[in-house]
Amino acid sequence: MTRDTWLLFRQNLDITLRQKVGIVFGAVQPLLFLVLFGPIFATIGTWETLVPGLIIQLGLMSTGLAGFGIVMERRFGVLERLRVTPASRLALLLGRVLNNVVTLVIQTVLLLAVGYAFGLRAPLAGVLAGFVLVIVLGASLAALSYAIALTLNENLFAPVMSTVVIPLVLLSGSFLPMSMAPPWLDALSRISPFRYVLEALRELFAGRYLTGTVAVGAAVTVVFAAVSLTIGTRVFSRENA
Amino acid sequence: MIKTTGLSKTFKGGVEAVRGVDLSVEAGEIVGFLGPNGAGKTTTMRMLTTLLRPTSGTATVAGHDLLADPRGVRRRIGYVSQGGGINLMNPVAVELELHARLYGMRREDARTRVREVLAQLELEGLEERPGGALSGGQRRRFDVAFGMVHRPALLFLDEPTTGLDPQSRANLWEHIRALRSVRGVTVFLTTHYLDEADALCDRLLIIDHGRIVAEGAPAELKSGGRTLDDVFLDITGRSLREEAAA
Repeated sequence: MTRDTWLLFRQNLDITLRQKVGIVFGAVQPLLFLVLFGPIFATIGTWETLVPGLIIQLGLMSTGLAGFGIVMERRFGVLERLRVTPASRLALLLGRVLNNVVTLVIQTVLLLAVGYAFGLRAPLAGVLAGFVLVIVLGASLAALSYAIALTLNENLFAPVMSTVVIPLVLLSGSFLPMSMAPPWLDALSRISPFRYVLEALRELFAGRYLTGTVAVGAAVTVVFAAVSLTIGTRVFSRENA
Repeated sequence: MIKTTGLSKTFKGGVEAVRGVDLSVEAGEIVGFLGPNGAGKTTTMRMLTTLLRPTSGTATVAGHDLLADPRGVRRRIGYVSQGGGINLMNPVAVELELHARLYGMRREDARTRVREVLAQLELEGLEERPGGALSGGQRRRFDVAFGMVHRPALLFLDEPTTGLDPQSRANLWEHIRALRSVRGVTVFLTTHYLDEADALCDRLLIIDHGRIVAEGAPAELKSGGRTLDDVFLDITGRSLREEAAA
C-alpha cells in the first residue's frame, strides 16, 4: 500500500506542480482578505488573530473543495481504470490526500510570508505547532471532500460544496472571533469543529501552548481526522464508487 | 479462465440486470459477448472485473475466486471500459507508466513495456501529449494500451472498436489476434458489430434480459445459411444492426 500511495501521490503532485498558477490561485481569496481587509482589522485586533482565521478559510477552500478533481476523474473513467488495478483502495485515497496536503502547506507558507510582511509576529514554535494542526485538518477535509464527491451526483458537488463552505468559514470565526457574536450565533458556531481548531491556532500563534483551548482544538482535530478518513476509506472501498 | 455459476446482480430498486448467468471461457479463447442494449453485458463484465459485487452466484476469474480474492483477480486481468479512462491533463506515456507500476513493475521495466505497447498499437510519437489532445481513435487505442500494458492473462474489452474508423478497427483486430496467438491472452469482449464478432471470436455468447440465451461458434450459430443478424433477431426479437445504431 505504501508503494501505491507514493506512486499515486507523485503522479498527482506532478500534475499540481505543472500548474503553479493553480496553487497561487487557490490561495487568492485568503490573500485578498489579508491584503485588503487585514490593515483595517489590525486597527481593532492583531495579525495573530486574523492570520489563523485566514488559514482555516484557506483549508476549507483548498482541501475542502478537493473533490472537484475526482468528479472529473470519475466522469472520464480514470477512477474506474485505477479501481481495476491491484492498487489498494486506501492508496487511491491517500495518494490524492497527500497531494492536497502538500498544496495546502505551500499555500499556507505563502499566506504566512505575506502575513509576516504586513506585521504578523507569531513565534516559530507556535507556527510549527500550527502546521501540525493544518496538515491533519487538511488531510481530513480532503478525505471528506472526496467522499462527498463520490457520493453526490456529480452535478451537485460544485453547488453544494460552494454553499456549505462559506457558512463554515463564517461560523469558524475566521474574520472575527466568535466571542464577539451574539449568544445564538456563538452557540451555533460551537457545532462546527473548525471553531475549536481555529481557537487553538490563535493560541499557538499568540505563543500560548499548554492551554485548555489548544488541547480541545487538538482533540477535535484528531477526532475529525479519524471520522473523515474512515468515511473516505469506506467510500473508496465500496463497490461502484 | 472464467467460470461463473448463477451469477446475478439486482440493483437498488429491484432492477434485475443479470439473472443467474452460467458461463465458461477457456484459456486462449476469444469470446464475444453479444446482446441488445440493457441486456446485462456491461453489468456482467463489471462484475467479472471486480467493479460490481454480484448479488448472488459464484465466479472464478483468472484462477482467483471473484468474491474471496478480488485483488488476485485484478492482478491478472486487463479491462478496457466502454467509455475509456484517459486522464485529459497528463501525458499519456506518464499515465501508462504509472498504470504499469501499479501492477508491481519496476520503473525501467514499465518504461520499456510502455514503449513496446505504443509501438504495437502504432502510437509512437504521441507519448508526451495529454489525453485531451488526442483524437477519438488515438484515445481508444490508448485505452487498449492501458488494458494490456501489464501483460494480463485475461483481457476484458467493452465495445473496443466503437467510434473507430474501418482501418483502425481492422488494425485493432490484428492486435487482439496477436495477443492471443503470440502471448496466449484470453479475450472476453462485447461488441455491437456483427463483422467483428464473426471475424474475431472463436465463440459467441448471447445474453438477453440478464440470461445467456444462446452460445456457440459463429459458424455453428449461422448454420442453415443464416446471418448472425438473423440469429440475433430470432433469439432476442431485435436486430443487432439497429442496436448498434441506437
